[in-house]
Amino acid sequence: MTPLRPARLFAVLGALAALLVVAIVAGLVVGPSAVTPSEVWTALRDPAAAGPTADIVRRIRLPRVGAAALVGACLSLAGVCFQALLRNPLADPFVLGISGGAALAGVAVLSLGAAAGLGTGAVPVAAFAGALGATALLFGVAGWRGRLSATTLLLTGVVFNAFASAAIVFLASLGGMAEGTSIFLWLIGTLAAARAEMLAALAGVLAAGLACALPLARALDLLALGEETAEQLGVAVERAKRLLLLATALVVGGAVSVSGLIGFVGLIVPHALRLLFGPDHRLLLPASVLGGAAFLVACDTAARALLPGRELPVGAITALVGGPLFLLLLRRQGSRGLLP
Amino acid sequence: MSAPPRLSLTGVAVKLGARQVLRGAALDVAPGEIVGLLGRNGAGKSTLLRVACGLLVPDAGIVQLDGRPLVERSRRERARAVALVPQETHFPFPFSVVEVVLMGRTPHLGWLGFEGRRDFAAAQTAMAQLGIDALAARSVLSLSGGERQLAVVARALAQQPRLLLLDEPTAFLDLRHRLQVLGRVRELVAAGASALVVSHDLAVAARTCDRIALLADGGILAVGPASAVLTPALLRASFGIEADVLRAPDGYPIVVPRALA
Repeated sequence: MTPLRPARLFAVLGALAALLVVAIVAGLVVGPSAVTPSEVWTALRDPAAAGPTADIVRRIRLPRVGAAALVGACLSLAGVCFQALLRNPLADPFVLGISGGAALAGVAVLSLGAAAGLGTGAVPVAAFAGALGATALLFGVAGWRGRLSATTLLLTGVVFNAFASAAIVFLASLGGMAEGTSIFLWLIGTLAAARAEMLAALAGVLAAGLACALPLARALDLLALGEETAEQLGVAVERAKRLLLLATALVVGGAVSVSGLIGFVGLIVPHALRLLFGPDHRLLLPASVLGGAAFLVACDTAARALLPGRELPVGAITALVGGPLFLLLLRRQGSRGLLP
Repeated sequence: MSAPPRLSLTGVAVKLGARQVLRGAALDVAPGEIVGLLGRNGAGKSTLLRVACGLLVPDAGIVQLDGRPLVERSRRERARAVALVPQETHFPFPFSVVEVVLMGRTPHLGWLGFEGRRDFAAAQTAMAQLGIDALAARSVLSLSGGERQLAVVARALAQQPRLLLLDEPTAFLDLRHRLQVLGRVRELVAAGASALVVSHDLAVAARTCDRIALLADGGILAVGPASAVLTPALLRASFGIEADVLRAPDGYPIVVPRALA
């Protein structure tokens, strides 16, 4: 890959932003009742526009598409950061069990929180704490300065995810949430329950995560080559690591509390973009945020359109795409001798 | 008054875990000098290099760069002045060679964080000096171990440091590339920089370095010109071997190991 220059950065980000706009328009057009792009445009542009079509676009589809974009951006951002920090392209908040930790804490508040006087407003906070806790667990196993081997990484994630899923089912049964969509939401991941009120908070969370991570994009390049290399080239490694882990816990907590466990977004999107545009994080990080948003909007649109009259959880779509890709990546790492 | 040493270590003690790796190590490297650091495995050579570039703050002792304690310098200032080539670098992502070399410019970048004309020129020069400019666009993952090491050395050259620390930089290199790397280090040093080189290749070290330091039992056992340091007695004390020391036609010592001491 040729070295990064600002012109290339802006060209790539512009193209991805355009892709995101296309995905959003498609997401607003597709659905049970037919809406044309021009009707979408009118509904969005003209606040006075009334009628069922404008209502569908503004009150139903826009919050949903917005949630998909924000959740996708958050998960993809977390994936990029984890991959550089753990120096392993297989890292992803779902695979590592960080999302599982967030979901477990969220469900704990939902099922037991009422007794402790906690409302649903406490769910995102708990999810953030859960993500932070799962991150702490991961580094507890790996060691704070350790380069995580693929084996440790996968085993920790698999075991923790199995534990978290079981605990979620248990807690949900205790709290009487075993029926209906809520448990489904947490375990498979769906945007069906996304509401407009959540979006501003999630956008704030994403902005805070980006404010932490974007200035550290170059540091991520150097961290990927090892902490001593980064330190030696002037990176404040401990500070950078803490800030990045805080940012990832924040965005994962935010995304999971809106959508539950949507897997593999943080794996697929950065991987594809790295193949296309190279591993320089000054480009890869913002590109992953835009690409992740576009990807999840597209997946959610597919989830709504694939089966007529019914809706798939978007987590099923990302897992169907992500699972095979993950295995392919694993195989390639193995053939390169990167699996210890 | 003469200039202060480029690097000055005094009474440096480092404990890693339960092991006292360095105890009172002292060493000076003058501007324009290459010092070779030799010693057996586990003697603390890499630890000493990490202390010299500030990656490790010693439990006791003073580390000075150009007469000022290293700890008083900012991270960025330190990164501009001192470059380290580690024994091995693991690359998880397919960075291209030129991208790796440009990483050496990080401490020189402005607030926007993008490389400018000077940075690209420095990277180009560094790659040309090591004969890897043809590999510039190749992914480091597609290179041989030696080529990859050359890319890391080029990164350190692009950093344009005053003090270059090399941890067995030539271990994976063939003879030609060994001479090429050490030749570039010599050019850098002739222009006023200094270098501290860890090596297991005694012959190349004897020929390239202005002085040789022998590290044993956590301290510098002997330091001086190769012919004064590479003696049977000192080799026995530092490496635990019996060795014959021959002379090359131009007078440099050649160490031929005979048996364990």
